[in-house]
Amino acid sequence: MGELAIELKGIDKSFGLVHANRDINLQVRKGTIHGIIGENGAGKSTLMSILYGFYQADSGEILVDGRPVQIRDPNAAIAAGIGMVHQHFMLVENFTVLENVMLGAEESRILNAGIAKARAELKRLEKEYALEVNPDAVIEELPVGLQQRVEILKALYRKADILILDEPTGVLTPAEADHLFRILEQLKAQGKTIILITHKLREIMAITDEVSVMRRGEMVATRETDKTSVEELAELMVGRRVLLRVQKGEAQPGDVKLSVSNLTVRDSRGVTMVDNVSFDLRAGEIVGIAGVAGNGQSELLEAIAGIRRAVSGSVALNGEAIDVTGHADPAELRRRGLAHVPEDRHHVGLVLKFEESENAILGYHDDPKYRRGLLLDIDAIRADAEEKIEKYDIRPPNTRLKTANFSGGNQQKIVLAREMERDPDVLIIGQPTRGVDVGAIEFIHKRIIEMRDQGKAVLLVSVELDEIRALSDRILVMFAGRIVGERGPDATEGELGLLMAGVEGRKEAAE
Amino acid sequence: MSVPYAKLPGWVEYGLIPLVNLIVAFMVAGLVVLVVGESPLEAAYHMVNGAFGRGEYIGFTLYYATTFIFTGLAVAVAFHAGLFNIGGEGQAYVAGIGVALACLWLDRIMPWYVVFPVAILGAALFGAAWAFLPGWFQAKRGSHIVITTIMFNFIAASLMNYMLNRVMKPLGSMSLETRTFDTGGQLPKLDWLMKIFGLSVGTSPFNVTFLLALAAAFGVWVLIWRTRLGYEMRTMGHSPAAARYAGIKEARIIVITMMISGALAGMMALNPIMGETYRMQLDFVQGAGFVGIAVALMGRSHPAGIIPAAILFGVLYQGGAEISFEMPSISRDMIVIIQGLVILFAGALEHMFRPAITAAVLAFSGRERTEAAVKGA
Repeated sequence: MGELAIELKGIDKSFGLVHANRDINLQVRKGTIHGIIGENGAGKSTLMSILYGFYQADSGEILVDGRPVQIRDPNAAIAAGIGMVHQHFMLVENFTVLENVMLGAEESRILNAGIAKARAELKRLEKEYALEVNPDAVIEELPVGLQQRVEILKALYRKADILILDEPTGVLTPAEADHLFRILEQLKAQGKTIILITHKLREIMAITDEVSVMRRGEMVATRETDKTSVEELAELMVGRRVLLRVQKGEAQPGDVKLSVSNLTVRDSRGVTMVDNVSFDLRAGEIVGIAGVAGNGQSELLEAIAGIRRAVSGSVALNGEAIDVTGHADPAELRRRGLAHVPEDRHHVGLVLKFEESENAILGYHDDPKYRRGLLLDIDAIRADAEEKIEKYDIRPPNTRLKTANFSGGNQQKIVLAREMERDPDVLIIGQPTRGVDVGAIEFIHKRIIEMRDQGKAVLLVSVELDEIRALSDRILVMFAGRIVGERGPDATEGELGLLMAGVEGRKEAAE
Repeated sequence: MSVPYAKLPGWVEYGLIPLVNLIVAFMVAGLVVLVVGESPLEAAYHMVNGAFGRGEYIGFTLYYATTFIFTGLAVAVAFHAGLFNIGGEGQAYVAGIGVALACLWLDRIMPWYVVFPVAILGAALFGAAWAFLPGWFQAKRGSHIVITTIMFNFIAASLMNYMLNRVMKPLGSMSLETRTFDTGGQLPKLDWLMKIFGLSVGTSPFNVTFLLALAAAFGVWVLIWRTRLGYEMRTMGHSPAAARYAGIKEARIIVITMMISGALAGMMALNPIMGETYRMQLDFVQGAGFVGIAVALMGRSHPAGIIPAAILFGVLYQGGAEISFEMPSISRDMIVIIQGLVILFAGALEHMFRPAITAAVLAFSGRERTEAAVKGA
């Protein structure tokens, strides 16, 4: 047993009625990589926010290097040697790397002296930890992997000995993720302590020395990574046995249900996001679109669903054209048999302030069965919502609860129930399990395969390569707005990873 | 990351917190009175007595409240669709034309109960028309509704100046107002309602428009929470992206919402024109459109909150007039200060006491029960 870098004793935190952390004890040994896993809403982020000073614990004690400390705000955390790399980067996009690293640690009002010092220090850090970045590059021009490196440099510049990384691989290609892990190993070798928060069991197994599992606000177990298994960890997270990979039979592809040809979509700034994309989607098959976030998958889905106008190209649903370059009407598309589970359930797929039952009709609120005369038939709407709650095991089973109060997995089930129960011909799904707990993932994957087996055409977009490989019958890889390859479901991760990184275009990511 | 505030029981959310905010606002107002060199207690007495002391005072209080219910509802309806209609003032003002036309046309040949529905229609139409333009500019051209509605207030003021000066003023008259309406253009007072409570309306202009305001409040509730249009409005108000996803037509909702909002603001004109002065005078709205913003804020854009909030502002208007009458060193501007404080504490600083009250309520109601309440969340 080495010395402890961090020890938490009896940390307790409630937000009003929600008990987010319950008597948490945690010991992180110096010079190790310590993983923290747990389902969404298990309290990982809250715990780390307490450690980093965003929140104050209601009770409990924090010891850093054996000394009790009070962490009232992030400055106190930095002073105690704790640095954090957030899931969503906290960088000023139009500043250079150097400016971002200095920000908040300028040391004097006149910048010049500080800049020279910072530049020297940055050079030293880059050398010591093999974290090469051009200090004069502007952040928004850097790929995500490098932006993350800047975040790490920021923490090191502030003399952090303990680094917290919150879901660091969510935005990275597999190659970039591997590179990150090499950096973390390097940091560990230099004596830094790393806390890695993730929900990806594979990463935990690959890189951590010890792993702690959280469930429902409690710390349920700590294991040495060598002595545990993916299955055991999954079970600890969920509290029951889970199937990590769903079983599915052979696909029985039928007629073409959705046909996309030469579709081109630009974003509001005029940047081409989808570049001349064509493919067919048949009844009874799942086509997965793999790719690193931001390579045009979102825009492709939105254009097909009629909520983003395409510049050129055409899409046919059941053989009839959709006016994707003009005024496609999402309500009309729904009536024609297209169901859409959007990527962003918080802002698009749901209205979080609505009651559950109100969200259960979103987009289908025109249906006469929800109406009685001029008014909405609240009883019918609630009865309908109750049926779906029952069938999709949405918890808590309360149609009148505000949607914001459901967990991520249950929110997603509300959307899925709404879209799937309409018996659509074509189902397009974006990020079906983002921010969803392991238990619900299994359920959602099963439902998607059931849809396929009922002869629906399913188009699946996900940044989780494992998910794409587990569900798809065909895999299309998108890079920089184009489809750069098609593979079968047995394609290896390495093969897909290279395509996703656009090997021919970007040497850096594929090294 | 996580919800910063817990969900509180209804009586705390809609009762205790507004009440605490209100008490603080009055305490600060009391300090101001003290600074002026008067007794806050005496002022408070005149305020309460002036608003409730006699049937006649209550009549005045409710007369003002009637006006504020309409303008408050107007702001609230737009709020639900994510629109901030600051143009209630102008919409109500222009709506006066609709009311006056109905009265001038029918007052000598029809009884009030025939003229009233026509005037309601006229008020709603003119108010809606005045709100239609900003709505349409927002929907089609992206001109921000806050800016355009403010500008339309000024245009309305000029337009009404012109109308009263050149068009609607009787020949030979010196004052900027229409002729006085005959009995058909005069709404009956609610004597019978006051009599139930053993009171008399006296000289106060408390009239049937009050009942229309209550009906409008109920109508707004039905619209927002029980119709498809209301559902679409709320979806858009909470999340425009979700509305687009659901196939809700944004432009259509903006225009319709603004017209409903304008119609509600417009109906306010019935109260002073047909209920008090029996003619349309220059500047008859007197800031009620702006008070509506405060009323909607305080009432949380819910009709059940707007009615008490409107009555509160009625109290401030009527009781305040009484204070300035009884205590000469306190001018009518004092009332504006109190109103400002109420808006400050109930609107802008709404969350100031919330954390403390939340903590107190949780400590009081006990952990076990609250945990049981969120089981499974």
